[in-house]
Parts: sequence; structure tokens; C-alpha cells
Amino acid sequence: MAKIAETRSKSLLYLDGVSVSFDGFKALNSLSFVVEPGELRAIIGPNGAGKTTMMDIITGKTRPDSGTVLFEDSIDLTKRDEADIAQLGIGRKFQKPTVFESHTVWDNLELALNRSRGVFATLFYRLSGEDRDRIEEILSTIRLTHRKTELAANLSHGQKQWLEIGMLLAQEPKLLLVDEPVAGMTDAETAETAILLRDIARTRSVVVVEHDMGFIRDLGVKVTCLAEGSVLAEGSIDFVSNDPKVIENYLGR
Amino acid sequence: MIFKSLLRACLACLFLSLCTPAFAQADSKALLDSLADANFKQAEEIVGQLAASGDPRVVPALEAFAEGDLYARKSDDAVFITQAAGSKLALIDPLSGESAGEVAKGAMSKIRVNNNLRRVIRSALGGLTLLSPDRNTRLQAASAVLASPSAENLDLVEAALERETDPEVKARMVEARAVSLLSSDRPPEAKREAIETIASLGGRNAIGILMSSAGTLDPSLQEDLDAAIARLESKLAFWDMAQNVWYGVSLGSVLLLAAIGLAITFGVMGIINMAHGEMVMLGAYSTFVVQDVIRSNAPQLFDWSLPIALPVAFLVTALVGLAIERGVIRFLYGRPLETLLATWGISLILQQAIRSIFGPTNQEVGNPSWMSGSFALGGMTVTWNRMWIIVFSLTIFFALLALMKRSAFGLQMRAVTQNRRMASSMGIRTPWVDAFTFALGSGIAGIAGVALSQIDNVSPNLGQSYIIDSFMVVVFGGVGNLWGTLVGALTLGVLNKFLEPSVGAVLGKILVLVLIILFIQKRPRGLFALKGRAVEA
Amino acid sequence: MITGFIFRALDGKIVAAIGILLAAGILVPALNLLVPPDSAFHIPTYAMSLMGKYLCYALLALALDLVWGYCGILSLGHGAFFALGGYAMGMYLMRQIGSRGVYGNPLLPDFMVFLNWQELPWFWYGFDMFPFAMLMVLVVPGLLAFLFGWFAFRSRVNGVYLSIITQAMTYALMLAFFRNDMGFGGNNGLTDYKDILGFSVQADGTRAVLFALSALMLSLCLLIASAIVRSKFGKVLVGVRDAESRVRFLGFRVENIKLFTFVVSAMMAGIAGALFVPQVGIINPGEFAPANSIEVVVWTAVGGRGTLIGPIIGAILVNAGKSFFTGAFPEFWLYALGGLFIAVTLFLPKGIVGTIQHGWNGRKAMKAAADREKGRDDTVLPQAAE
Repeated sequence: MAKIAETRSKSLLYLDGVSVSFDGFKALNSLSFVVEPGELRAIIGPNGAGKTTMMDIITGKTRPDSGTVLFEDSIDLTKRDEADIAQLGIGRKFQKPTVFESHTVWDNLELALNRSRGVFATLFYRLSGEDRDRIEEILSTIRLTHRKTELAANLSHGQKQWLEIGMLLAQEPKLLLVDEPVAGMTDAETAETAILLRDIARTRSVVVVEHDMGFIRDLGVKVTCLAEGSVLAEGSIDFVSNDPKVIENYLGR
Repeated sequence: MIFKSLLRACLACLFLSLCTPAFAQADSKALLDSLADANFKQAEEIVGQLAASGDPRVVPALEAFAEGDLYARKSDDAVFITQAAGSKLALIDPLSGESAGEVAKGAMSKIRVNNNLRRVIRSALGGLTLLSPDRNTRLQAASAVLASPSAENLDLVEAALERETDPEVKARMVEARAVSLLSSDRPPEAKREAIETIASLGGRNAIGILMSSAGTLDPSLQEDLDAAIARLESKLAFWDMAQNVWYGVSLGSVLLLAAIGLAITFGVMGIINMAHGEMVMLGAYSTFVVQDVIRSNAPQLFDWSLPIALPVAFLVTALVGLAIERGVIRFLYGRPLETLLATWGISLILQQAIRSIFGPTNQEVGNPSWMSGSFALGGMTVTWNRMWIIVFSLTIFFALLALMKRSAFGLQMRAVTQNRRMASSMGIRTPWVDAFTFALGSGIAGIAGVALSQIDNVSPNLGQSYIIDSFMVVVFGGVGNLWGTLVGALTLGVLNKFLEPSVGAVLGKILVLVLIILFIQKRPRGLFALKGRAVEA
Repeated sequence: MITGFIFRALDGKIVAAIGILLAAGILVPALNLLVPPDSAFHIPTYAMSLMGKYLCYALLALALDLVWGYCGILSLGHGAFFALGGYAMGMYLMRQIGSRGVYGNPLLPDFMVFLNWQELPWFWYGFDMFPFAMLMVLVVPGLLAFLFGWFAFRSRVNGVYLSIITQAMTYALMLAFFRNDMGFGGNNGLTDYKDILGFSVQADGTRAVLFALSALMLSLCLLIASAIVRSKFGKVLVGVRDAESRVRFLGFRVENIKLFTFVVSAMMAGIAGALFVPQVGIINPGEFAPANSIEVVVWTAVGGRGTLIGPIIGAILVNAGKSFFTGAFPEFWLYALGGLFIAVTLFLPKGIVGTIQHGWNGRKAMKAAADREKGRDDTVLPQAAE
């Protein structure tokens, strides 16, 4: 009892006994999962294991049928909607890179910047010097400075992934959920992305969902393996990849 | 009391025995002639006596009297039935019906009649014809007595009842007797029975009869009367409800017909086809053309015109649908709003084309004999065309359901709509499945047009009046779910008809629209929504 | 703050468009009033009113473009907001008739006397005052849009579903306004106006002022729309159109963004309706017909949605075409309109202005790419230039 209370008070994100089903199909089955502040965590699991559904629940897109979802130990995320949760400091990158294609790279970042997001605040917003510096800084982090005036639609697939990560950075979240960041990237891009994510994780918590085992090995962090809506194993990559249940459910297939 | 009723029975027998033609002839003639200078009060008495005579030959004279066609000759007070013949009057002998020449209008004086007198005449006629040798005349007469009850008829009715053998006529006479008995001076026991008999009749009329006798009856009967009225009213309320449900189901079946093709093109394929209503319209015009050809070439086939029109309408609209899909829609897959606009354009063109060919006015589409008329079901009236349309729409619905669930084409269709790329890599020719699915949806709209041509005006605007309703049904029921369309159509139909009596037709429709708009806010995916991640993509 | 907001609105094309509109707003009335009727340069009053009507339609198309072109909400019910604005103006004009009506009732409009009504319904109070009526021109469409949008956007009714229920909304309103007991003149609507602010609605001078006002209001709304579109809010708006969930996960309240835009757009449509009614001389429930609202969509599509000038050009072109065809070949007009719907969606999805702009931007992008290859990467941002 005391131990649970202790993990809770330290946690940034705390999921306990979360279940959700769609038309009888149990997408999450009593899932429990804790992320600590400043932690970089990788999640693996076969298709349909509930990885994306878990992210949907954390970000308020889907409501769980039962269970607790707490942010910073006190905020009940099941009562908030997406915009609220984003403003609380949870950023999310989608599986398919989603950027504003008809805006320039610069505008994409300007929109993502963590400033007042009300109707009138945005109507009368003027770019300040401080904001400009911040955008330039992010541009160099995601290596897109030379393409800042171009439409996002003209970027390569990998660059769009980075731009989306850059937008999350501009959002200044406490927790970053990243869904398959290296899908469709070249090996060089993948390696660079691993560096980028480790960089980011120095100042905030990051949860990465990925299939690419090499990439996860590159990250070198604690791994959680999901299957059929609940946690199968948790630990270092070597520990998890040697777990017989994981091999049977995921790696062996 | 018993003595009194015995006496009445004897009297009735006496009337009947008096009805020998020879004896009655002189009597009837004299009575009729005495109308010539009678005032209203006396005329009523004379009519009563004529009725009491039981002579069926006075019927035409009484009918003419009620119509104001009975005249007396000024010279000798002889009474004739007359017909206008130019400026003159043609005379007809009131009893024999033979022509009696023509005279100038001035030579005759009209025997005046007022409403009171007319009522007396009507009930006299009822009584007289009760004894007619013709079964149908007797049935009509019994119905006439039933419709305007009067104590004076009671004896005659009872006499007729005794002689009656035909069960239907007899039943009607029993009712007529009960009605007449209520206003007579018979004992309360007899009246109690009569109340029961009337109550078993049912309907608003029975309530009216019972109500009107409320004050005149013996106080001991009041309770029975109230109970009978209450029973009748609750029964009436039930049938009113049933009738409303029936109207609702009938409207629902029309909505279902209009929406069912859309359930395929919009519900299954996700194409917003604003020209859907025009497909229905084309189906209706196909029916018109088929009937036109039949009328001029083989009129004896007219009753078969609808079965012939069905495949014609299906083919015409399916082909038009195929052309639309191949020519326009296939370039717009994945762009629903653009599809909406383009198909709206198509609908304008189709409307104008029909207007150019057939003209802007309504076309006459006839009902075959088996679609006309109505029958009674308990306390409600059911018209055959509504009946057949309900049967027809349900048949189409289940046929379509079977096609979707059981046939190879249905399987391919579902495969393509669920996962286009997978279906295509399994060797399904997805473009053709798209085209044929759209053609199928259009064809069904055409078939719906055949049915709707029977109950709606066939004009170029026919489709416009269904398009919004159809979309409402599909969206309300839940996109991609045929059962949802069925339930949606029937729910909306019944809801509409239940709102109508209290708020009127237009306001009812507005309310239903507002309710649907609010409902969509609550459940954006309709009644039977698919859930899960796949839907939101 | 406000000046920055407005200043941003003024790019070259908008300035040019406003310049042309204001010039027309002065020139056309001048040619009507000052040039003698026998001169070749004289513009007859009917032609001026016709052009005034086009300007009102252009404003309506601009309003629709704001929600459709920039926010991705295809409203098939914008005709309802237009008509409501028109009815608000019509009610003012009816009250101005006073005792000059056929029945000579100083308080009740003719149709109410005809229906044997004894007193003015409560919702007709205040419409004898011009400022109140003008307020209602904005408030009534705005309120309807607010209520409708509040429910629809919060429950995330999207895409075609939204289009269909906006269509149902205008259809329901049409049915309602056709009823006599609604108190808006039923079938016949409101007509036989006498004067506006004391000036006869038939007089050339009044017509000229109305035309000038139409041009002025269109310019003003164009300026506001441009300021909205060019602000950060406008960029969020386009974001909602292209990737709604991304905007939401960035922490924006999408429902508020849509609601604000929808309400502003409905108010613009209301203004268009209010200017339309005195120039045409009648408002009736036919304006609510779903077909009318869809026609507005095609004007916008022809001109180019997602550009601000496009819908104005589209509305004027299509309506001029309509005037010509319905006069010359009435049978042909619906074919032409139907064909236009199909052609624009199939062959000109960006519309006239959009296609021209795209071509121009394409050339610019090619030049930029060529410049980059030469190593002359330009680092000047449009934002930084401000």
C-alpha cells in the first residue's frame, strides 16, 4: 500500500487498471503503467496490442470504460479533453506525420508555440523577439533552418516527422508521446532521431512507441512490452527481449 | 308493460297483413294526393301514414318529395313526380312510374318541403325499404335507419327483423332496432340490451347515439350508458392510435423507399449523391412512359403496368447511375464535399432535362385496380396503395439485405468498402465494384420512384422533396447500417404522424427536423453507429 | 493592437480589390445621377440595382468562403443567415410603411390586418427604430449561428454530416417562414416598401446610396476577413481545415475557433441580406430554399475558395451569367449552372483565382529553388519584414 502511494506521488503519468472496449473487442485490459519525471520510455508490442489506444486515452481522445489516469499525481485526465490535456503539457506525435502542409515550416512552429491559445489572443498576436529566437532555436534542433520559408508539404517524409517533433518541442510539454517516429526513415535519419529524442528527454519525459528494435536498442532505455491490452513485461531491452512470453507474443512472430 | 309490447307486435303483424297491393293502391294514391294542400305538420302525418302502409311503391314519390320534385296539379290536386323538360315539366305517375305527359310550369304547384320534413321522409323511406324483396335495398334501408334513428321505425324494424333471413342484413337490423329502441318508450331492460348492442357497434357514431339519448333515459340506465360510452371511447382511442401508427408506418415506408438506395450509395460507399432524388424522379417518369405505351398499345395490360415498369425503371436509373459514376464521381473519390457539389449539378441537369422533354407540369400516372380502394381493419381504414407500398418497401429492403449478406457481389462490395487496397490486391476489380454498387443504389432509387408515382405528383421536382428526408433517415439511422435505415425511416414516419395531430403537418415536420439536428449533436454517427478506431480515421 | 491587426490585412491584392470596389461605389452612382439619361455613359437605375444585388451576393460568398475556404466547414445553410438579415431589414421597412398600407393601419403591416390580427407580435417591437433593426441584422443571424455552432462543433459534427444538418436547418426555417402564423408574412414575405430613413426606396438617389453602401460594406468585410485570415488565428483556421486533430493536440479549442468564424461569417451574410432587401424590394421564404444556399457554394467554388478575392469575382461572374442566360435562353440556365458545378469540381477545384495564384506561386517556388541551388538562400521571413 505504502509502496503504491510512493510510486504515485513520484509519477508524472500514472495509469491503473485502465480498460476500454470497442464493440466487444477489448482494446485495453486492465492496463497499469507509470512514467516518472524525466524518464525516456520505449513501448513495443504487436499490432493491436493497444499502444495507440493507450495514447488516445492519455490525450483524451478516447474515454476509458474503467480505471484511473492521473497526470502529475493529481489531475484526472479522463475528465479533460484534448485541448485541455495539451495545455497541461502533454504533447503527442501521430503515427502518420501530421503537419500543416499549406503552412510554411516557420508558421507550423509559430502555431505550436506555447502561447495563449484563445480566439482573441491569436487574432491580435504579434511575433515577439523572444518567440522568434525560440523558433530559430527549435529550427536548428530539428535541422530545418535552411527550409523554414518552405511549405511543409514540400518536406520529405523524415523531415515532416522532425517538424512534428519540433512542433511538440515548441509546445513545451512535460510529457511527450511519440508514435513510431522513425517509420519510413533512412538508417542515418533513424540514428539522428534517436539522438534527438535522447536530447529532448534531458528536460522532459518521453514515451516512444516503436517497432524498430534497433532504434530502441539505440535509445537504450527501459522498455515496456504490451500485448492484448496489458503489460507483458517491463525492464531493460535485454531483459524484455529474453522474456519467453515476449518472444512468443511478439518477437518470435 | 308486457301487454303493451304484445300489442305493438300485434299491430306490426296487422300492418304486414294489410300490405296487400289492391288494398294499398287506392289508399296510397289518396294519401299522396292529400299532400297537395297539406301544411308541413299535416304532411309529416301523411308521410308517417305512407310509411305505415308499408307499400314499397311509394318510395319513388317520397324520394322525389325529399328532393323537391313532387308537384300537385292545380286543376285537380293530383300529385306527380316531375322532371324539368325545357320550360315545361314532364309528369310521372307517382306510383306506377309511368309518364303522364308534359305541362307548363304554371299549371303545377310545388309541394314544399323543409328540413324537418326531409328527416321524416328519410326515416320513412328507411322503414319502407326494409321490406323490399331485394337484399341490398334492405341492407341499405337498415343502414339508413341506423344512421337516423327514430322511435317511429321501431315497429317496422322489428317486423322486418322477424322475416329477415340474410345474416348480414339481420345483424344490421338488430343494430337498427337497438338504435330505434333507445328513443322509444320501451322498458329499461330492453333499453339496457339495446345499449349493449349499440356499444358493440363501436365507432364515433355509436358514441353520438348514446350521448344524444343521455338525458332522455331512465335514471337507472345512466350507469350502463356511461360505462358503455367510456368503453367505446377507450376503444376508439385505441383505434385512433392504431390508425396513427399505420399512417406513420406508411409514411415510414415511403421514407424507407426513398432512402434505401441512398443507404447504399451514401451509407455503404460514402458518396454524397445529391442527385439521388432525381433517380427516384426518373423511376417515376419511367412508370409514366410505360403506362403511356400500354394505354395506347395494349390497354388490357394496364393492371400489369407496375410490374412491367419495375425492371424498366431499374434499368433506366441504373444506367444513368452507371454513367454518373463513370463520368463524374469516380474522379472525386475521397473528396465528399466536391462529390456533393458535382452531384448537385447533375441533379439540376436531370431536372431540367425532364422539364424540357415532358414539360414542367404534373404527369398523370394511373393506379391499377389492385392499387385502388380501401378496406376496413377493425376500427381503421387501410387503403390498398399504402398497403402495397409498405409490403413493397419491406420486400426491397430484405432483398437488398440478402444481396449484401449472401451474394458474392455483396461480399465484394463489402470488401471494397472496408479495405480497398486489400480487396484490389485479392483480385477484386474495385472500379467495377464501385460502378455497379452505385448503379445498384441508383436502380433501387428508380424502383422506389415506381412506387412513389402511385402516391405523389410526378413532376420534375419530385426528387427535391425527398432528398433532405432521405439523408435525414440515413444519417439518423446510422451510416453503413441497413437496419439503421429501416428503423430510422419507421421511427421518423411514426414520430411525424404522432406530432401532426397536435401541432399540424408543417410544424410537425419542422419539429422532426430540429429533433434530428439535435440528435445528431448527441450521436453524430446515428442510431446504430459503428464504434472504434477504424471509424474515426 | 487593432492597428497591427488591420495593417496586416492590407496586402497588394486586397488593397487593389478595395480600391476597385470603392471606385465603383463612387463612379456607378455618379454615372447614374450626374450623367444625363441620353448619354452613352449613363447607367440606368435598374442596372445599378442589379449590380448592387451582385455586390450583396459577393458579400454572401465572401462570408461562406471564410468558413468553407479557410475553416473547411461547408455550410449548405448560409442562405438562412442571409435571409434572416434580410427579414430584419424587411421588418424595419414594413414598419416604415405606417398608415400608407392598403388597410391604412398605423401599427400593423397589411398582412397582419389581413389575417385579422389585433396587435403586433412581440418580436416585431423595436423594428420601427433603424438602429435597433440594424443591430438585429447582426444579432439574429449571429445568434442562430452561435446556437447551431455551439451544439454542432462541441459534439464534433464534421464534414458532410455538418453540411447535411446545415441544409436541414435552412429547410426547416423555410418551412417555418412559409407559415402564416409565424408572423413574417407567410408565402408572400415582406414587400411594398415605401421608404428607408425617410427616403423613398424607389428614388434614384436612395438606390445610388444603397449601391455605394453595398460596395463600402463589401470592402469593409473584405478588410476584416483579410485581417482575420492573415492573423495567427487565420493560420490556426487553415490548420483546422487541413489537420483538425493536430490543432486540437496542440492545445487549441477547435470548437471555439470554428464557432467564432461561423458567427462572424453569419453576421456578414446577415449584412449582405439587409443590403439586398431594399435594392430588390422583397424578401420571402424562398430565400431560405436549400437550392439557394448551394448556389452560393458554386459562386465561391468558381471564384476560388480559400482566396478572398475569388468568391467576390465568382459571385459577380456567375450572377451576371445568370442574368444573361435567364433573359436570353431561360431553358438553358439550369443546364449551364449544373454543368458549372460539375466542371468546377472536376477541372477547376481551386477556382479561377486559386488556379491563377497557384500558377504564380509555382513560378515563384521554382525561382526560389533555383536561387537556393545557386547558394543564395534567402533568409528574410515575411513575418520578420513587418
